[in-house]
Amino acid sequence: MLEIKNLQVRLEDEDKQILKGVDLTVEAGKVHAIMGPNGSGKSTMSYVLSGRDGYQVTGGSATMDGEDLLEMEPEARAAAGLFLAFQYPVEIPGVGNMTFLRTALNAQRKARGEEEISAGDFLKLVREKAKTLKIDAEMLKRPVNVGFSGGEKKRNEILQMAVLEPKMCILDETDSGLDVDAMKLVADGVNALRDKGRAFLVITHYQRLLDHIKPDVVHIMADGRIIKTGGPELALEVEENGYADILREKA
Amino acid sequence: MAAPKRNDAARLEATEARIAALDLPKGGFTAPARAAALARFREMGLPGRRDEYWRWTDPALFAGVEPQLGDAFRVDKPIFEGRDKVRLVFVDGVYDAAASDDPAIAGVEIARLAEADRADIHWAKALYGALEADGQVPVERPFAALNTATATEGLLIRVTGKAARPLHISYRQSATNSDVVLHHVVRLEKGAELTLLETGTPGARSNVVMEVEVGEAARFHHLRPQGRALDRAMITHLFARVAEGALFKSFTLTANGRMTRNEAVIRIAGDGAVAHIAGAALGDGVDGPYHHDDTIFIDHGAEDCESRQVFKKVLKNGAHGIFQGKILVRPGAQRTDGYQISQSLLLDEDSQFLAKPELEIYADDVKCSHGSTTGAIDETALFYLRSRGVPRADAEALLVLSFVADAIAEIENAEFAADIEARIEDWLARRKH
Repeated sequence: MLEIKNLQVRLEDEDKQILKGVDLTVEAGKVHAIMGPNGSGKSTMSYVLSGRDGYQVTGGSATMDGEDLLEMEPEARAAAGLFLAFQYPVEIPGVGNMTFLRTALNAQRKARGEEEISAGDFLKLVREKAKTLKIDAEMLKRPVNVGFSGGEKKRNEILQMAVLEPKMCILDETDSGLDVDAMKLVADGVNALRDKGRAFLVITHYQRLLDHIKPDVVHIMADGRIIKTGGPELALEVEENGYADILREKA
Repeated sequence: MAAPKRNDAARLEATEARIAALDLPKGGFTAPARAAALARFREMGLPGRRDEYWRWTDPALFAGVEPQLGDAFRVDKPIFEGRDKVRLVFVDGVYDAAASDDPAIAGVEIARLAEADRADIHWAKALYGALEADGQVPVERPFAALNTATATEGLLIRVTGKAARPLHISYRQSATNSDVVLHHVVRLEKGAELTLLETGTPGARSNVVMEVEVGEAARFHHLRPQGRALDRAMITHLFARVAEGALFKSFTLTANGRMTRNEAVIRIAGDGAVAHIAGAALGDGVDGPYHHDDTIFIDHGAEDCESRQVFKKVLKNGAHGIFQGKILVRPGAQRTDGYQISQSLLLDEDSQFLAKPELEIYADDVKCSHGSTTGAIDETALFYLRSRGVPRADAEALLVLSFVADAIAEIENAEFAADIEARIEDWLARRKH
């Protein structure tokens, strides 16, 4: 599904190398987790994969089902099936959540040469997905993320994911700022989307999200590289001993 | 009123030349008001760039004896089409009965200035030119006085109850050299209600004055999409007096236009009155020159009143936006709640927004604030939308709608608000390439 080879990235405005050769393959149907200390390059990788400005790829490649992601505009990556759940979802005053969702869904369908969804079908679709995430009609009517609590914002991200049905989902610190109940709701939403045709890359600081979203593979990232890969037990090791041991072992 | 300082020879000469070229109406109940207005105009003289409130807007296109030629905008779909309302049409500033609906609305008396003026007694006699004259202090508005002196067309609207339907004044331009002067007088009696829609561009050059007396506990809603004529030179003045417990709300949409200046003087005269004035302006220099100016004066003269000014401008390719807004709180106007915001969204680095917010407060128990911002499209929000699959041009359009949303929110009627929003979407769609 997602194949990253020797990816090297620096900031456009500063002379600073963030990713120093990342290799990562995520297979369809799998959940991969990336853990690592602050500043290791986890979020940068999610932004580079989804096409945010401000980063310069200095080497390597990233493909999704063989398509060169790095050559595509962000909207084309989305239409091809890539989705990033933001660490800090953006507030857009004056644009209703439903309008936003429908615009996005129809834009993606159009880009794929599919028919636009009818207003009735769309309403049905959103209501059904919103219900499992405990998002009420009131929240759907409000402007995108405006006045939402931290938990509501993250649930809204997962709602977008559920409606847009991407094949490659990147979750950037979706657990940050969530209490246990909110995290459980979000995790349930994600787990409901697990499917043999869909892959997940879950970026997190802490092991606790991985109690709810069980990963198949865990990677540790530090200083712009993946330094260790293992099974779910690797996350537990981090939880118990922190990153220090792993970093020392690699040094 | 006028200080002798600025009555230099050039100003006097230009003013006299303008007066000499006027075709002044004779007789009628408005005769005394017209004579007084002409005297006011003569004394003030035509404005120049050195006058305080004309430093950022060149009055030349309004001041010249002849109008500059301008084409009408070819309207594909008139705004508010299909809404329940009574539409009265002015073509090149002249009432067109054939194109208009029957001017009958329960709760509203409507007369044409052109006809009513011949009557000796008319309710409008006390009002015609009165709010305009009152609105000359503290800032002079010579073009409004010129309008009062010369207007022969316009509507005299008296609202005695809750108007059964909205009244729609629709302007259409036909000739490329039409030089239009229109003067409307509106009076809402105690407890009356009216929604007034004012749409389109009257002529190649237009000078429109509206005087609105909002009686006790009356409610007035004004919605003014000003058409999309690219070449127009248009100056408007909205003079209002808002009585105790009354509500005044006005919203203006200005898309395109070489030169548009919208002035408003709103006197909040009765306790507990509310006045909101809002506007959205959209200009893209790629279509032609764009200059848009809002010059607003809100005068709090009573207790427990509320005023809002919400102005948004979207500017691109060398478009110019001006905002001059003042809140005056008079002694004794306690517990005034006044708010003013003017914001511009500059879609490139060639456009310009100039703002002059003013607060003058003489009461000690008030809540007044103002703010002005200038910014570009938020890159983070743009990326957020694109990451969900929305193409860049559509994402930018959504963010423009997001930017103007606070101004649109001032429109109470959801259907009309939707029409205004659709008009903005249409304007944005025209420039996606």
